[in-house]
Amino acid sequence: MAEKPRTILEKIWDDHVVASDPGAPAILAIDLHLVHEVTSPQAFTGLRERGLRVRKPGQTVATADHSIPTLDPSIPIADELAAKQLRQIDENCREFRIPFHGKGSPTRGIVHVIGPELGLTQPGMTIVCGDSHTATHGAFGALAFGIGTSEIEMVLATQTLLQRKPKTFKVEVTGRLQPGVGAKDIILALIARIGIGGGTGHVFEYTGSAIRALSMEERMTVCNMSIEGGARAGLVAPDETTFAYLKGRSFAPQGAAWDEAVARWRALPSDEGATYDRTIVIDGDGLEPMVTYGTNPGMGVPVTGRIPSPADVEPGARDDLERALAYMGLKPGASIAGQKLDVVFIGSCTNGRIEDMRAAASVLRGRRVASGLRVLVVPGSQQVKKQAESEGLDEIFRSAGAEWRESGCSMCIAMNGDQLEPGEYGISTSNRNFQGRQGMGGRSFLASPLTAAASAVTGVITDPRTLPGVAAKPVAVSRSAAVEAN
Amino acid sequence: MPEPFVSTTSRVISIPRANIDTDQICPARFLKITDKAGLADALFFDWRFTPDGKRRVPPSFIDEPVNAGRQILLAGDNFGAGSSREHAPWALRAWGIRAIVSTSFADIFKGNALKNALLPVVVSAERLAALQALIAAEPDGEWTVDLQAQKVTLPGGESFAFEIDPFARTMILAGTDEIGYVRSKLPAIEAWEAGHPARIDTREGIAAR
Repeated sequence: MAEKPRTILEKIWDDHVVASDPGAPAILAIDLHLVHEVTSPQAFTGLRERGLRVRKPGQTVATADHSIPTLDPSIPIADELAAKQLRQIDENCREFRIPFHGKGSPTRGIVHVIGPELGLTQPGMTIVCGDSHTATHGAFGALAFGIGTSEIEMVLATQTLLQRKPKTFKVEVTGRLQPGVGAKDIILALIARIGIGGGTGHVFEYTGSAIRALSMEERMTVCNMSIEGGARAGLVAPDETTFAYLKGRSFAPQGAAWDEAVARWRALPSDEGATYDRTIVIDGDGLEPMVTYGTNPGMGVPVTGRIPSPADVEPGARDDLERALAYMGLKPGASIAGQKLDVVFIGSCTNGRIEDMRAAASVLRGRRVASGLRVLVVPGSQQVKKQAESEGLDEIFRSAGAEWRESGCSMCIAMNGDQLEPGEYGISTSNRNFQGRQGMGGRSFLASPLTAAASAVTGVITDPRTLPGVAAKPVAVSRSAAVEAN
Repeated sequence: MPEPFVSTTSRVISIPRANIDTDQICPARFLKITDKAGLADALFFDWRFTPDGKRRVPPSFIDEPVNAGRQILLAGDNFGAGSSREHAPWALRAWGIRAIVSTSFADIFKGNALKNALLPVVVSAERLAALQALIAAEPDGEWTVDLQAQKVTLPGGESFAFEIDPFARTMILAGTDEIGYVRSKLPAIEAWEAGHPARIDTREGIAAR
């Protein structure tokens, strides 16, 4: 008897359900738990109060990324609260015997950058972290999603979570991206179309020729912002690109175990005939570089487009748009290109990997950033930093007049001193343009590394395709820091 | 351990806007704490204060004396979008909010809210519009949100039912902890793990420390 065709989500789900009582959510086994300093302290306190240990320290890994400064690490941390939080993650990891990639470690970095580069993130896994951008790991065909601190404590205590099965949402991106258009533009275009609550209750599965052609790092960029479309997770079925990226990484299986793993991973893609609760098709050929103009990631337009007018949108969205434009200080109907900037931020778990650094450097090579503009380039991990420096990218950034920093979340979340000042305009390769997200009163435009770097050169929002030599897509190199460093 | 929660009767605060994200509910710079102290003051901070630290004029709804002590929030669609920070429901609870009525909630926020006995009450778009009109007409009317009966009762006595995850409902009514429930299933978890060896060991590979 033929089995009912299943999606990759359903296969991973079925593989991890430990038990489910009638009426209760399933108890879902968690393969990998990533921990960082900001959302975990209260969970460790909870464990202590219950007198519990971390049940599976070998399936848990921690780093420090959110509140850590990106300045020279020998400078003492000025912010006492941040310093205390960073001491506490270190102490908690010692006490509970969790491997910690902390300050001074060559493998420290943004939690969603180091998981993949170490080979910890693997197809078919369930992966959680107290961070909504955990969806990043879905690029490997894993079910990866963000959790709150109560759930962190649950996973530390039991290595499981209580979960209801999410619905499935197929996002098919057809055709082929044009030069100058990248992964960030795909995801910003999707969110602009469905809105920031469009995927609520669902898991995205990204499919189609334009997705298949992406490198692993580009797939991570797409999956990363699934939460910005309301979906707690987003994934891409594993393929040869996935296997080539993983092979040889520190925690990837080796020898016979590798062959067994690949055989298992090959069975993961959704079956022919599998059905989805929702489907959307996006024309990849027609995509342009995207930029947001408002105060949520769904408020985006092509860089050749105009800022919408409240009169042009449906009544339900009018208030939101009016409020957003008032906060942003932007005129309805104006071109998004040409808007003036004070700051450019290149980095984050969305676009802080080596290919993003290369893309930005490809624009800034031999050019200077516009006068009066502050440009911050922050690698996603210490391994990305090392790799970029070995390629001379740091020198390109510095010569152009940009700052080159230690790794961390930095100005994406503005917890570590890197932030927009009130009223400043920043173009950012990060994931959120909410009011005050990058600093109280700061005003954010979200865009790709190419668009951000092109804008750094001119000082205003700029279509990267208008700069000579930029439209050629940077060479995707799927094998980066981790392997070359070892 | 949480206290059991059955129902609340309170006046209502209305924020008639959609897509209220967790960066508004609790800005990230308040996430540097290692406990849950002080979060009532962080609630909607950037809406309440100017960047140079002055209270906004006119004051934000949260600082209006008339709203002090209100436990029910009526908000627009997709409440709690964005970051997974549980500091958002902690801040709402610390300020005194016990139930939020909206047409939808972001997934992670909703889960976090339920774990803190903060009730997400989902209503239809038509119902939300009617409730917003009701608040405009009767800003100081008392509503009752009853989890036991899964029912909201309005000032005139009219009431409507709402859906909520039955498991979460049981947990909140009893003041029970989910970790206790799952730990009672440890034998089943161990049996499952015996047949599903861990795929990785984070302590191997390169040295973390």
